[in-house]
Amino acid sequence: MNRVIIDARRLLCPMPVILVQNRVAELRPGTLVEAVCTDPGALNDIPAWCRINGHKVRETRSQGDEHIVVLEVGEE
Amino acid sequence: MSKQRKAIALISGGLDSLLAAKVVQAQGVQVEGINFFTGFCVEGHTHAIRKKDRAKPKRNNALWVAEQLGIKLHIVDIVEEYKAVVFNPKHGYGANLNPCLDCKIFMVRKAHEWILEQGFDFIVTGEVVGQRPMSQRRDTMPVVSRESGSDDLLLRPLCAKNLPLTRPEREGWVNREKLFGFSGRSRKPQMELARSFGFKDYAQPAGGCCFLTDAQYSAKLADLWRARGTKNYEMDDIMLLKVGRHLRPGPNFKLIVSREEGEGNFLQGYRKQFIHLKTLSHPGPLALIDGDPSEPDLELAARLVARFSQGRDSERVELELTDLGGNHRRYAVKPLSAEEIPAEWYL
Repeated sequence: MNRVIIDARRLLCPMPVILVQNRVAELRPGTLVEAVCTDPGALNDIPAWCRINGHKVRETRSQGDEHIVVLEVGEE
Repeated sequence: MSKQRKAIALISGGLDSLLAAKVVQAQGVQVEGINFFTGFCVEGHTHAIRKKDRAKPKRNNALWVAEQLGIKLHIVDIVEEYKAVVFNPKHGYGANLNPCLDCKIFMVRKAHEWILEQGFDFIVTGEVVGQRPMSQRRDTMPVVSRESGSDDLLLRPLCAKNLPLTRPEREGWVNREKLFGFSGRSRKPQMELARSFGFKDYAQPAGGCCFLTDAQYSAKLADLWRARGTKNYEMDDIMLLKVGRHLRPGPNFKLIVSREEGEGNFLQGYRKQFIHLKTLSHPGPLALIDGDPSEPDLELAARLVARFSQGRDSERVELELTDLGGNHRRYAVKPLSAEEIPAEWYL
């Protein structure tokens, strides 16, 4: 399945969350979104944002200085 | 059956906005949260940059509050629009460059625009009469309602009984008797209310949430405006003011010197935008040079950066300077002594 990649590197929270929020608002339910961040706080904040807004976190991982959150857009 | 009423609550992440939203939610109103990002929000920025803190990232309190309440949270980027508030606050600044009253008016106005667009009924804030010296006084609270355009659609559940009736109360969307009459700077009533709702873990009460209330940060921002001859800033400027030591040896240039590895890594991201210096012969900081330094200024900058390296007591420290064209140049300098750095250079 195609993924929408969001480059949130060098941004500090809550900017990665805002980028994800604004992009997800344009996407259909079921779409996978991969946010690539350098602020480790994104590993907490993006999943928290997903929980309160009804989206599913598929994966969180760190590779060196990059922190990646993969989410599936939920039903509105 | 009566219509389900909907309110948007301004959520800062602190205790008061948590409680205000909860009080209205407990009366059966559907509440969603809104949080504004100005760029000056304290949250976890310095925490996210410094290496020693990165292993335990700080939570975003607004998101945490929304999760405790089980409500949606809309985070709105107002960085560009907010500049007008910072540059020219109609009601002036507080003790530092904090335009608290104009800020509150601006945020409530944005929330009012939001409820009109989204079909919500009213706005909730956690304001308490007499709690803040500028924005939460008996005489300024009506100013917020009036100048934001929200008028009687703005409900402050924690101190509503001290204020004139609002439309949500008049229309019976909320029961005024179940709202509160808190006033003053004491936090005890809020803590008691938090206990009654079962909230134990909340952000430290009454903590400042904005860098503009910080004297040192404001001094650095004022210096930036003076040096550029204009009140302006970009997002990168206000982020860099949060990082490193800032020293201004002359009106035409300043240095931003990393204090530890995390800050050095963060400043690395700005290397292409600034002339920068790095020590070669000894472990030391990365320093960005902002402005238009002359050749003697660069030599002075090199001696200053050497002072903050592990070679500070050596006769010679070698550094590499990279200019905006990516050209490298080497310096071998004697580090400045502590006595040679005037206190007024430190911003």
